[in-house]
Amino acid sequence: MSTDTERAPGAWSRLQEKSIDQLHIRLESIIVLVALAALMSVLSPFFLSVSNFMNILLATSTIGVLAIAATFVLSSGGLDLSLGSVMGLSGVVGAAVAVNLGMPTPIAILATIGAGALAGLVNGFVITRGFVPAFIVTLGMLGIARGLALVLSDGRVIYGLPEWMLYLGQGRPFGVPMPVIIFIVVAVIMHVVLAYTRYGRHTLAIGDNENAARTSGIDVEFHRLTLYTLSGALAGLAGLLFATRINSGDPTAGITYELTAITAAIIGGTNLFGGRGSILGTMIGALIMGVLQNGLNLLAVQSYYQQMAIGAVLVLAVFIDQYQQRQETKV
Amino acid sequence: MSLLEVSGIRKSFGAVSVLHGVDLTVGAGEVVGLIGDNGAGKSTLMKIVTGIYQADAGSITLEGEPVLDLPPGARRARGIEMIYQDLALAKQQDVASNIFLGREPTRSVLGLKLVDRKRMKQEAQAMIDRLGAKLPAINRPVGSFSGGQQQSVAIARALTFNPKIVIMDEPTAALAVREVQSVLDLIRQLKSQGIGVILISHRLNDVLSVTDRIVVLRQGEAAADLVTAKTSMPEIVSAIVGGGGDIAQAAAHEAQG
Repeated sequence: MSTDTERAPGAWSRLQEKSIDQLHIRLESIIVLVALAALMSVLSPFFLSVSNFMNILLATSTIGVLAIAATFVLSSGGLDLSLGSVMGLSGVVGAAVAVNLGMPTPIAILATIGAGALAGLVNGFVITRGFVPAFIVTLGMLGIARGLALVLSDGRVIYGLPEWMLYLGQGRPFGVPMPVIIFIVVAVIMHVVLAYTRYGRHTLAIGDNENAARTSGIDVEFHRLTLYTLSGALAGLAGLLFATRINSGDPTAGITYELTAITAAIIGGTNLFGGRGSILGTMIGALIMGVLQNGLNLLAVQSYYQQMAIGAVLVLAVFIDQYQQRQETKV
Repeated sequence: MSLLEVSGIRKSFGAVSVLHGVDLTVGAGEVVGLIGDNGAGKSTLMKIVTGIYQADAGSITLEGEPVLDLPPGARRARGIEMIYQDLALAKQQDVASNIFLGREPTRSVLGLKLVDRKRMKQEAQAMIDRLGAKLPAINRPVGSFSGGQQQSVAIARALTFNPKIVIMDEPTAALAVREVQSVLDLIRQLKSQGIGVILISHRLNDVLSVTDRIVVLRQGEAAADLVTAKTSMPEIVSAIVGGGGDIAQAAAHEAQG
């Protein structure tokens, strides 16, 4: 009988099980983040301060919002390569509506997020109704959205956003930058959605086994359509945060951000092929990258090396994950 | 009135006509074997019953109510469950997530409808215990279980919501001898509870030992509808292959198991 060989689980594995069950993250990711932060505070006297902590969060906010979108799409077994381009397009649309058309701020905000959602809806529609692979559709959208952003702005940066809009990017209520507040609120909401609602559980199930989801009565195609729309809307929000922070709609904003967002999601434990993912994990992934970049900046390490470091962390994270999975399923 | 009445079902995939007018009835507490060669249309017919495929023509009623226009989820809610040959499990999710997939109970927290994990776990554990299945841990991903254990989860999923009819597609094909017996016992148990069962199987001995009637599909038509107690292996084999060839030898081979 198997009971003879079963050992009482140790404190670590019990804690791990609780963490996965309750928080939907693995403990290692927190340990890596804390260890990295500890290392940086030893190496640089400037690292450990509230203002630097805010810097890290602010630098992470735009990518973080995109990484939330990437987590949802990836855990459903999909892919959205157009995140960065849609972010750029949204920022340009928002700036054009506010500056060129002189519309009030609420309408400009809606237009920014709406432009992203619309691009996502188009992605989702072609993927689910046209049966074109997500890789192809969103790769196409990567080009289309970027091109459209350049066409709309005539290739120029649109400056001079209205004051109220700027508050979203530059305001500091209680000393906390607005993008950071928006980012954290969105992250908490989306974590609850993915981990604790039927919508979130179905997202993971579709990514895990599409056929099982379908036979269980889940409308897989419609669900996917909403996921890509959500992804586009979050890219629009990222575009809003970015444009209001730099006070302009830049048609070249967000180039290659989709890859950084996917990297954060994967470091945070999202399965590239679907079925597993959590927003809390992705946030830790994004923060690991943020701390690494910030720390290396403080140590005056050339940015070329930062890229190498993040690439190495990505591969290492997936290696550790695969290694553990093999250990756990070993009979 | 039968529990499930399938009549005149037609289905083509492009130019290929798979089913041309199939009739099938299942009564409450009746076990019907659905057999036929590969490509006879068994799985297609059952996927039309569960709503995964759309029929081109025909009708399906459950307790007299037409169900053909309902999506798969609504048919499950009416009590049509199927255990697929590939089990259709989400392997990275735990036991409770699989059993309740698509039907997660929710509780309201601050106006948000959140999945009631606690209730799911309790009810999943209760169902697994009732089936007498032995699983290493209920909160582990299903993919880490053995084939037999995974099948227990698939069965538990089909039985948790009090189905009226359970369709099993080759439930014994990949199982060890002892596990086969427990599946057959389970079918008898469902029968005694008044649940209708459709058993798709290539193992004719299993079909003979557990069914009340046997429907044979051949080239997209119901070639025979036999009462199990009054039929014989040669008659079944003859219906499957459609006469010709050495029926007696094939039947003797099947009878040996």
